Amino acid sequence: MTGAQILIECLKREGVQIIFGYPGGQILPTFDKLYDSDIRFILTRHEQGAAHAADGYARATGKPGVCIVTSGPGATNLVTGIATAYMDSIPMIAIAGQVKTSLIGNDAFQEADVTGITRPITKHNFLVKDVTDLARIIREAFYIATTGRPGPVVIDLPSDVQLADTEFIWPEEVKIRSYQPTYFGHPGQIKKAVKLIARAKRPILYIGGGVITSGAHLELKELAEKIQAPVTWTLMGIGAFSAKHPLSLGMLGMHGTAFANHSIMEADLIIAVGARFDDRVTGRLDAFAPGAKVIHIDIDPASISKNVSVEIPIVGDCKNVLGQLLEELRSPPEVSDWLKHVEGLKKKHPLSYRDLGNKIMPQFVIEQIDEVTKGEAIITTEVGQNQMWAAQWYKYLYPRSFISSGGLGTMGFGFPAAIGAKLGRPDKMVIDIAGDGSIQMNIQELATCVCNKINVKVMILNNGYLGMVRQWQELFYKRRYSYTCISGPDYVLLAQSYGAVGIRVTKKEDVRPAIERAISIDNTVLIDFQVEPEENVFPMVPAGEAINKIIGGLA
Amino acid sequence: MKHTISVLVENKFGVLARVAGLFSARGYNIQSLAVSETNDPAVSYMTIVVDALDEKVLDQIKKQLNKLIDVITVTDFTKKEHVSRELVLVKVEYSAKDKIKLENVAAKYAGKVLQHKGDTGIIEAVGDHQQIKDLLESLSQFGVRELVRSGSLVIGC
Repeated sequence: MTGAQILIECLKREGVQIIFGYPGGQILPTFDKLYDSDIRFILTRHEQGAAHAADGYARATGKPGVCIVTSGPGATNLVTGIATAYMDSIPMIAIAGQVKTSLIGNDAFQEADVTGITRPITKHNFLVKDVTDLARIIREAFYIATTGRPGPVVIDLPSDVQLADTEFIWPEEVKIRSYQPTYFGHPGQIKKAVKLIARAKRPILYIGGGVITSGAHLELKELAEKIQAPVTWTLMGIGAFSAKHPLSLGMLGMHGTAFANHSIMEADLIIAVGARFDDRVTGRLDAFAPGAKVIHIDIDPASISKNVSVEIPIVGDCKNVLGQLLEELRSPPEVSDWLKHVEGLKKKHPLSYRDLGNKIMPQFVIEQIDEVTKGEAIITTEVGQNQMWAAQWYKYLYPRSFISSGGLGTMGFGFPAAIGAKLGRPDKMVIDIAGDGSIQMNIQELATCVCNKINVKVMILNNGYLGMVRQWQELFYKRRYSYTCISGPDYVLLAQSYGAVGIRVTKKEDVRPAIERAISIDNTVLIDFQVEPEENVFPMVPAGEAINKIIGGLA
Repeated sequence: MKHTISVLVENKFGVLARVAGLFSARGYNIQSLAVSETNDPAVSYMTIVVDALDEKVLDQIKKQLNKLIDVITVTDFTKKEHVSRELVLVKVEYSAKDKIKLENVAAKYAGKVLQHKGDTGIIEAVGDHQQIKDLLESLSQFGVRELVRSGSLVIGC
């Protein structure tokens, strides 16, 4: 078999059903074999779109997303998408053509040092120099991408290796002696944690994307209910715990709910599960949760005690460790006073927004999307105000229902990610909540949607600004709106010219009917909601402040 | 404070760049680095000396090193009993009358003169960091023309 045939055969054996990508000179041999294969290929209109679509597919399904592009610019166009996946621990396999081995390092046409460029933004990467290594490398790439703390793996594949012939040997087993993630918590640590939990008076569960990655949501719910601890989550943890559960506190941090922030600041025990105490969560570190002891459960030892010092580190897979805790836990703590107090905080500082009469408030749009879809949709977001409002105002009930670039904060992510999510979960309504800035970063994927009949809805909260940056300028730069006022196309005409459906909404009473109509149409629909231009995301904790120093909002 | 870290890695291309990248990405300069095969040719041993690392940064780098797929083990010798040696080769300029003097200085630091050629000599010495430093100070009276050092090698006791 040729290298290209081996690649396709390996992808099939790894269970790959769909690939996103873009062809080019140095990946031609692979595309020739792809043409005959029954793997579905989605041609995006930009390689970045392919990377985000593969990422969105992975986030929606839990399976690794795969993209294939050519060398040089094809590969460098993936970089933002790979870095996005890396920051959020998303399993992804990115395969890039490379100039033939004899030309590597010669500044050949469309040559780039792809393994060099992607080294700090991948979990691992490979340059295949010998076709006899190819099957093993692909096997290892999938194994590395999907196990432990998942992440993107790049395979750089020279064109002569794609053409070279060898006997195909499928490696049944993958063994990497230097890579052995820890999946179960140390029993001694579990015992210590259980003791600490039993003594806690004001416990709080602080959960992140690791709960979703490991599929630990049921164990999490059981633990929360057993110990009656309120649950707050990071942006990446959205959906791991139902927002409608009485113990739910919503998201914490910079734009978290005031009651979540106050609660964690007053807690005496933080049980961190699959979260990493990011600066957007902790605010000023030395003022963060001063009275709390911390149990930190994470599969990645490098995440533990990185920002916040931890009393009981437990390295392991969240699902396993929560299971171990549940098994060991006999006496739940006495927390009725704490729960009463937290309820009081919820009543005192509810999430709210201004009512400006007939003007369309962006939060209102999200609420309406939530009501119309009954929390059953998969929501992807772009980055900025749209992302925060989508995080605050939609009531997520299930893991993998909120797909957003948390770590890297990549504008232009949401739309191609929605394409990937819809292809992975065709049974679900998939909605990209966008801003008018972000959507213009990967708008070309409208063609991908229409031509492949991918039924996603793009709901643009159009305020004519790069809203989040404008908000910071308003609050911290004396309203000097330096280059944040942004124009866009006529979205209705734009949608039409791509063969999609465009709807413009300028009146509040038209918001809900427009959403309902969009959902009823079996086509890509883009809605341009002309929202209040200078609305801010509140609550807000200014960068570098303690997270109970909350400004703005009605609460 | 100086930190000595050893890393046992798979002997593959790109590993050195991965390891070095963890230091450079954080703006830390590697003071010395020695890499070579072990008795198992599939495995290489790296000894890395870095200066003035913040403990928290060091801890993070060690964890990140462990996360690299090709890294087998990471050992921090900073607080561990160990033997440390480096090799130095020095090309020294001297006048004929100082030949004996030069040989004596070299001998004092367990070094030897490998070669005399015209008015230059090449001296070799092996020692710990301090011994090498002392030797180089003594040699400065002759005029050092060229100097190469291997960087530290360490082995645990």
